[in-house]
Amino acid sequence: MRKASWTRPGVRQGTGRVSESTLMIHTRHLDARPAAGPRRNPFRWRPDQQWEGYLFLLPSLLGFLIFVFLAVAASLGISFLNWGLTGPQGFAGLDNYRDLLRDPVLWRVFGNTVFYIVTIVPMQLALGLAMAVALNQPLRGQEAFRMIYFLPMVTTIVAGAIVFRLILSRNGPLADLVTGVGALLGLPLSLPDFLSSTRYSKWSVVILTLWKNTGFTMVIYLAALQGVPQELYDAAHVDGANAWQRFRHITLPLISPTTFFLFILQTIGAFQLFTEPFVMTRGGPAQSSMPVVQYIYDNAFRFTRMGKASAIAWFLFVFIFGFTLVQNIMQRRWVHYETE
Amino acid sequence: MRPNEGKEVGTVRRSGMSPARQGILYAILILGSGIMLAPFFVMLVVSLFPNEAFMARRFPLHQMTLGNYLEVFRVLPFGRYFINSAVVTVSVTVLQILISSLAAFAFARLRFRGREALFLLYLATLMIPPQVTLIPNFLIIKTLGWYDSYPALIVPALFSALSTFLLRQYYRGIPLEMDEAARMDGASSLRIWGQIIVPLSWPAISALAVFTFQATWNDFLWPLVVTTTDKMRTIPIGLSYFVGQYSTAWHLLMAGSVIALLPVLVIYFLAQKTFVQGITLTGMGGR
Repeated sequence: MRKASWTRPGVRQGTGRVSESTLMIHTRHLDARPAAGPRRNPFRWRPDQQWEGYLFLLPSLLGFLIFVFLAVAASLGISFLNWGLTGPQGFAGLDNYRDLLRDPVLWRVFGNTVFYIVTIVPMQLALGLAMAVALNQPLRGQEAFRMIYFLPMVTTIVAGAIVFRLILSRNGPLADLVTGVGALLGLPLSLPDFLSSTRYSKWSVVILTLWKNTGFTMVIYLAALQGVPQELYDAAHVDGANAWQRFRHITLPLISPTTFFLFILQTIGAFQLFTEPFVMTRGGPAQSSMPVVQYIYDNAFRFTRMGKASAIAWFLFVFIFGFTLVQNIMQRRWVHYETE
Repeated sequence: MRPNEGKEVGTVRRSGMSPARQGILYAILILGSGIMLAPFFVMLVVSLFPNEAFMARRFPLHQMTLGNYLEVFRVLPFGRYFINSAVVTVSVTVLQILISSLAAFAFARLRFRGREALFLLYLATLMIPPQVTLIPNFLIIKTLGWYDSYPALIVPALFSALSTFLLRQYYRGIPLEMDEAARMDGASSLRIWGQIIVPLSWPAISALAVFTFQATWNDFLWPLVVTTTDKMRTIPIGLSYFVGQYSTAWHLLMAGSVIALLPVLVIYFLAQKTFVQGITLTGMGGR
């Protein structure tokens, strides 16, 4: 429950602050008492929290006003403007949005992003869970394995993308390996040209992302698995459930809040994919691996079509928001909360 | 935040696993580790040999050299990238946590009008993908005359709803009686923040700091957008331009990649637990 609540953090904010005001009233009479100590300052411990609150908040609030609140409003505003090479050129109304619907490239890159979501998210969940289950056994060296699996997570994406450019290149190490294995088996095996074929370029991004992020999924799942009470397994064992049945009817339901959390998080992450394809393939060949975010980037910073780029950003936002909303409703069907 | 992490490993029941099953499990785990480590291995080996060695797939030990690392610094202003990354990462980590901590203190421990509404507004911004604010923030930076400068790289990254939210949650867990006792002794709010709340929240703050450090060090899109000269590029940006120019100079690309990884890897090895905590705590590591 704790983990799932990150996706809707507003839900669990109770007030529960009765004791504070009671204490304040309770202690107020104390300043009438004669000096209790030399460092006593009667004004200091009855501070004007009204102002202090704002004072503590001030640096943060200033930044938020400019770089978040103003920016969001401006983004919406810009999406209604025509924007040429020299800057804004008048009001466009809904033109940017209308053009989007007719823009074949947008649908193409949106299709790529959807491809990334439907490949990366399930594969990452399955692989991460498998790794976590394997590691959640009484084994020596568990810590070491965990450290190794998590290692790619901390690497710079750019460095990871560069090394995978090498590994997946036409005459790279993986091609050697595949051809070598093929020769051993007497089969004419060869690696598809991942980076420069319109058919496989997306898969190179998928491979890199799986390598990089699966360790994160594993760590989160491992924590969830360790929270499943052993008694349940023991009871199921007594009832004659086999390993698969125990996994299917105990483990999976009990870790479903974690699955939900990871599912939302990874889908949002996949919607926002940018660096991996940008460094590996520059979105090519022929936009075959370009995600929506790169299309925003290209429009804004290569073609200075800020209006159109902002409209695409809102398009993306609406999709992410809608997705999260729908999932929050759908979760009732498959997410199992112990407390409910 | 997850106090039992790692501790529970020992409580797993040590029974019911045949040696054969254990063997298979180890084989799978080792294979998996091999796949995870292979890219690092490739990176390291290619970076330690001349490019011809890689092309010929022959790596005679006597050809091993650190020359590629020096060469990277000659071909690219890599030292400058490194300094830029270090300045930006350290400033963002320290200042973002400081600013978030002050705000979180106000949200968790002080009472003022509009507190809950403001906090909800902060939370709502967590929903907004960074791509939405990317363009206006770029224009704001240009208007302020900060384009291609340290302030452009640092200032917009200082205001994090996520950090504020996480710290506030942690601060709320500290008993209020501590504040009251300190106030009775004449402590100001600033002192309560600095001498009670912050020291007591050190686990949360350090996890957050490690997370912010690696996220900032690895950040790509924003520095790509607001820098244009080598003087201001951070390591990831410099490396990505390098790919464009020297796409087949694998020995140099790998040496550059190793240098880019090094600082975060060192921290990872030194503070592994904090690191994993930070990334799982913020949950944003998935990007």
